[in-house]
Amino acid sequence: MRRSGPFRLAGAAVHRAVVLLFAAFAVFPFYWMVVTAFKQNSDLYVGAMNTAHNPFIFNQAPTLDHVKYLFTETPYPTWLFNTLSVGLIVVAVTLALAVPAGYSLARLSGRWGERLGIGVFLTYLVPSTLLFIPFSRLISILGLQNTTWALVLVYPTFTVPFCTWLLMGFFKSLPAEIEESAMVDGCSRLGATVRVILPLSVPGLLTAVIFSLTLVFQEFVYSLTFISSVEKMTVSVGVPVALIRGDVYYWGSLMAACLVTSVPLAVVYNLFLDRFIGGITGGAVKG
Amino acid sequence: MARVVLKNLNKKFAETHAVKDVSLTIEDREFVVLVGPSGCGKTTTLRMIAGLEEATSGEIHIGDRRVNDLPPRDRDIAMVFQSYALYPHMTVYDNMAFGLKMRKFPRREIEGRVRDAAEILGIQDLLGRKPRQLSGGQRQRVAVGRAIVRHPRVFLFDEPLSNLDAKLRVQMRVELKRLHDRLQATAVYVTHDQVEAMTLGDRVVVMHDGRVQQVGEPLEVYGAPRNRFVAGFIGSPSMNFLETTVAESAGALYAEAPGIRLRVPAERSKRLSAYTGRPVTLGIRPEDLCSAAGDDSPGFSFEAVVEVVEPLGSEILLDVRAGNASLVARVSPATRVKPHEKIRLAFAPERIHFFDPETEEAIPLSI
Repeated sequence: MRRSGPFRLAGAAVHRAVVLLFAAFAVFPFYWMVVTAFKQNSDLYVGAMNTAHNPFIFNQAPTLDHVKYLFTETPYPTWLFNTLSVGLIVVAVTLALAVPAGYSLARLSGRWGERLGIGVFLTYLVPSTLLFIPFSRLISILGLQNTTWALVLVYPTFTVPFCTWLLMGFFKSLPAEIEESAMVDGCSRLGATVRVILPLSVPGLLTAVIFSLTLVFQEFVYSLTFISSVEKMTVSVGVPVALIRGDVYYWGSLMAACLVTSVPLAVVYNLFLDRFIGGITGGAVKG
Repeated sequence: MARVVLKNLNKKFAETHAVKDVSLTIEDREFVVLVGPSGCGKTTTLRMIAGLEEATSGEIHIGDRRVNDLPPRDRDIAMVFQSYALYPHMTVYDNMAFGLKMRKFPRREIEGRVRDAAEILGIQDLLGRKPRQLSGGQRQRVAVGRAIVRHPRVFLFDEPLSNLDAKLRVQMRVELKRLHDRLQATAVYVTHDQVEAMTLGDRVVVMHDGRVQQVGEPLEVYGAPRNRFVAGFIGSPSMNFLETTVAESAGALYAEAPGIRLRVPAERSKRLSAYTGRPVTLGIRPEDLCSAAGDDSPGFSFEAVVEVVEPLGSEILLDVRAGNASLVARVSPATRVKPHEKIRLAFAPERIHFFDPETEEAIPLSI
C-alpha cells in the first residue's frame, strides 16, 4: 500500500529532522573544540553570571596563542612523534598477526573455526582497567617500564583480536573459488593469498589500520601506567598531564591538542568512509 | 591431452560420506559429464580431480601420473567455476594471462595465446575491461578463455552455465560443444541439468548419494536406465512410474494396478514370469505415451482422465489420472482434450521398463 501525499511529506520531514539532530549531535563536540582552541583567554574565561556573553561564537578575534603555546611551551611535538611511531609499529604488528590469523579462521570451516573466532573476539572484551595490573608486572619483568616499547608490546593485545575478527569476516565474504582458481592457475595457497586475496582485501586492511591507529591515539590507561617520563609519553597522557595543573585547565591548548591529533584521523576516515563501512559490514553480511 | 582414471575414490567429510567408491576411466579427448541432484558427490569428485579436495582413499591418475599428492597447480588442469571466479582486480587480459604468467611463459607467447583464445570466444574487444564491467555471458566466456589459454591436459567444468539465463545457457552450451570439437581436449563437466548432460557428453555419468549409478552414452542411459533413479532423473518430464502387480491370465502376463491392466510384451514375459504374484514397478516415459483410438492396440492402452493440459506449442503435456496413479503424457499438439475429459492412452510395448520395487534395479530384457 502506498502512503498518500501529506503522510509521505510528513514522513520525509521527520526523517530530515532526525538526521539533522544526529548530525548536530555528532558535529557539536568538534565545533566546540575548534571554537575553544582559537578563542582568546578573555573570551574563554568569563564569569558564569555574565549572561550577555555568548559562549558558542567568537566574541573577540580568534588567536593562535594556544596552538603556539602547545607547540613551544610543552613537549607536544615529542608526544605526537611518540604516538605516531608507536601507532605505526602497532599497525605493522597487528597486520602481520591479524591477516594470517583472520585468513586461517575464515577458511577453517566448520564449528571450530567459528568458536575460535568468537574466542579471539572475547579476549578483546577484557577491559584494560583489569589487565593493566598483570601487564605492569610483565612489563617490569621484561625491563620495559617507562619505555614506549611497553606500549608496542601491550597495544596489540587489543588491536590484534579485534582486527583478526574483523578481517576474518572480510575474508569470509571473498569467495573461496577465486583463490582456488588462482591455485589451479599455478599459485600455491600462499601465492594465491598474496596475489589475489590481499589485493581484494584492501578495504578490510584499511579498516584494520584505521581502527588500530584510532585505538593507539586514544588509549589512556596503559600509557599512564607504563610511562612516567614526560618526554616518553603519548599524546593521550602527555596532554592532560601538562595542561591540567591542579585545578587549572588550559582549555585553549587542551582543545588545540585534541584538534591537531584528531583532524588527520578524521580526514583519513572520511576519505575512506565508504571502504571503511564496506570493511565493517563486509564481515557482517555474507555476500 | 590425457586420460583420467579414478580408482575406488572416496571422500568423507566430518559427518557425510560424500563420494563412495567411485571408479571411472575418462578416455583421452573424451567429454564426460557427471550429472546428479545436488549433494550427489559430483562436484566433490571434480574437486578431487582438481586437487582442491583431498581424497580420503582411492587413486586419481591423470595421464600416466598418480596425482593424489600433487597440488592443483602441478596437475596440468584448468577449471571453470560456477561463479566464474574471475579476479575482480584484473582486466580480462590479465585474468586470462594470469595462469601463463605464473608458469613463466615468455610475454610474446602469452600475448599470442590470449589473443587466440579471445578470438575463438569473440571477446577481443573486452580485453581491457574489468570483470565487473561484463555481462554474465561475457564473464562466462572469459572464464572459459582463462582455461583454454593454458592448453591443459584436462578441462574441468563445475556447473559453468548454471548462473546464466535460460536463453544464454542454450547458446553457451552449443558453443562449448563446438569448442570441445575444436580443442579435442579431455573434459570433465559437472552439472545438475540433465539436458546439459545429454547434449554435451560423449558419455554421461549419473551419480546419486555419492555413488555412480550408471555410465554410458547419453542415449544409452536414456534408453536403458539401469535403475529407477537413473530412469527418473534422465528425461524431462521424468519417467512415469506405476506400482503394479504381475498376474498371469490365459498364458499371458499382465501388470495390474487399480484401474489399469497392461499386457506384458511377449519378449519381456520370460524374465518377468519370476515376478508373478509380486509387485513390480512399471516405468514409461511421457513421450512413449500417445492418445489412441477406441480399441487400438488392446492390452497396451488404458483409459485416463485428463487433469491438467499444458500446451507447449510443439507438444502438449497432459497430466492424467489412471486409477489412482498420476501420469504425464507428451502428446501431439493436434490432440484436442479438455480437463476432466476421458482419454485413451497407448504406449509402445517395447518402450516400457520394469524395476524391482525392492532393489530399484531395472529388470533386464533377458538374463
